[in-house]
Amino acid sequence: MAQKRTFNTLAIDDVNQFVFGSCPNPVTTKRGIVLGGGDVIPELNFTLPTMELTPDTVDKAYTIYRNIAHDSLERASQLNIDGVQLEYETTVEFTLNPDWGINVCQILLEEMRNAEEQYGLKSALRMTVNDNREFVRPPEMRSGENWEKMQKLITESCKSGADFISIESTGGKEVSDDAIIRGDLEKLVFAVGVMGARDMEFLWDHIVDICDANGALPAGDSSCGFANTAMVLAEKGFISRMFAAVARVALVPRALVAFERGAVGPSKDCEYAGPYLKAITGSPIAMEGRTCAGAHLSQVGNISGAVADLWSNESIQYIRLLSEMAPTVHMEQLIYDCRLYNTRKELADKLFYRDLLVDSDCYNDPQAWVLRPDVVIRIASEIVKETDPLLRTKAACAATIAELRSAIAAGSLKVTRQDEKWLKRMEKSLAGIPDNAEEFWNKIKPSLDLDTFRAGDYLLD
Amino acid sequence: MAILDEIKEAVVDGETDEIEELVQQAIDEGIDPNVIINDGLIGGMDIVAPLFRDGEMFVPEVMEAADCMKLGTALLKPLLGDAGMETKGKIVIGTIDGDLHDIGKNLVVLMLESNGYEVIDLGIDVEAETFAQAVEEQKPQIVGLSSMLTTTMMQMDTTIKCLEDKGLRDQVKVIIGGAPITQEFADEIGADGFSKDASACVELCDSIVNAA
Repeated sequence: MAQKRTFNTLAIDDVNQFVFGSCPNPVTTKRGIVLGGGDVIPELNFTLPTMELTPDTVDKAYTIYRNIAHDSLERASQLNIDGVQLEYETTVEFTLNPDWGINVCQILLEEMRNAEEQYGLKSALRMTVNDNREFVRPPEMRSGENWEKMQKLITESCKSGADFISIESTGGKEVSDDAIIRGDLEKLVFAVGVMGARDMEFLWDHIVDICDANGALPAGDSSCGFANTAMVLAEKGFISRMFAAVARVALVPRALVAFERGAVGPSKDCEYAGPYLKAITGSPIAMEGRTCAGAHLSQVGNISGAVADLWSNESIQYIRLLSEMAPTVHMEQLIYDCRLYNTRKELADKLFYRDLLVDSDCYNDPQAWVLRPDVVIRIASEIVKETDPLLRTKAACAATIAELRSAIAAGSLKVTRQDEKWLKRMEKSLAGIPDNAEEFWNKIKPSLDLDTFRAGDYLLD
Repeated sequence: MAILDEIKEAVVDGETDEIEELVQQAIDEGIDPNVIINDGLIGGMDIVAPLFRDGEMFVPEVMEAADCMKLGTALLKPLLGDAGMETKGKIVIGTIDGDLHDIGKNLVVLMLESNGYEVIDLGIDVEAETFAQAVEEQKPQIVGLSSMLTTTMMQMDTTIKCLEDKGLRDQVKVIIGGAPITQEFADEIGADGFSKDASACVELCDSIVNAA
């Protein structure tokens, strides 16, 4: 059984010890790469080009994945990096057909072994399983064929030799999608602080147990379907950047549940609230930023890497660029970024570079402001004063709103009047949220579309 | 008629608590329901649309304005008689087979409805046959297909071919959108239009309907 923990203090409470590449609880991969042990490690994320996936075309997909691993690892070896990590995020079809996903996992591992034999390159594999539980509507979160297939893929990936298991879980998304589009903080807090957190307890208990029994490490989740959706919508001008910033931090307690149930890191790259998880748990984190502009745009391209332990990109398609195929190009870019991180080992040098990354972004957007290391430590310290996920989520929102208000008042953070209005609106929403989850459920129930989710899956009656 | 200005303002401000009372007041004053709709409710939405386009309003605020519009029209509909409400046109929309993403599609629905279109939302993971059936039954001017994944976008091609096979393709314009979608892809599969986001989709539909 997984060891349960409760985080009620910060693992990193000194901003001058909060740097990239190092954390209090490093994690070692099967081939001996230490994550969070001093250096920042590149983690390559890739995806298929436009193609239909059928039993007739899946062999072509296998070849593409093999080529991605082979070519990018070869390039990594040519650039003399000590270690790299690959992340295979399964798309829907590779989880619905778990044998396909397992085959890809094994192909990648084979190429990683070849690279070690041929070039002496150490590498690790993170398997990120697509959360297919929402593939039936309303989603079946705790049972059903899709959940069985996900467990099979996780189990067999562990047995095949994957180093880490991650997931972009979707518990509570049935409510949070509407909450984000409507800018409804009350609904978002319910979606992530009650529904999401309860689903994470269920999900990560299972993932941790499977990993423990089959020799992989449970790494961590992502708020991709939640705060990243808000980030992308804000970038398009559809929702307030203030709301997106608060949503980012509101997701921290939900992500923290994975670690309390036994995850050890590295947290997923698209969990942009990773710095909060690192400050609270002391575990290594993967982050992405300017490197994922090929998949989505953001306002946090530099600051997101300020305290990263792995530096990653996002779903880069296997398409031809002038120099090479895109995943190989991205491997090179990640490695050069990591060389910059890892060139100077003195703490003072690391802090100087960290602060360059921070200062180059933080004044331009509230979503960047909430990733400042000092702000992270202050808000995280408010989060860990509570133990209940709902109360933590409320604390996260309240502390974030206070930080943003203070930054605007000080003239440090520039926002439009239209955006600033949202602070008051969110404060009003937050003030009406009960502290008790059942009381909250009874209050919010009339405003929810109860046909979109199975209340019992979230222990709500 | 000051009350129409108040209705317009309430729509722009998204005052869902006040709008019904204001519309009822206008009805009680004997104002023609069509005038209340056109000069009050739609008048408000006509202010909202450019504010959103210019980045001075966000989607949640547009949704609140749209909610006001719905609450107001619900009160007025029974008074409109057989003619009912005029719309710009009818659109069938859905996320294609194998794809569960619905936020982008929902935004498009919102923007279209807020701009006077009747929208039949088929939801997510919609098979080609279902689109064809909806075209046959609903007789829309436009079908909108959404996809967020590189591995599912080819279902758009399948859907267009299904419409061709059933002899429905000439009856309807097909427009497509979603993160991996481009104009080149739209041309490649024979779609009639592509829009990069929800706002552009309204302009695209307007151009299609106006050209008909």
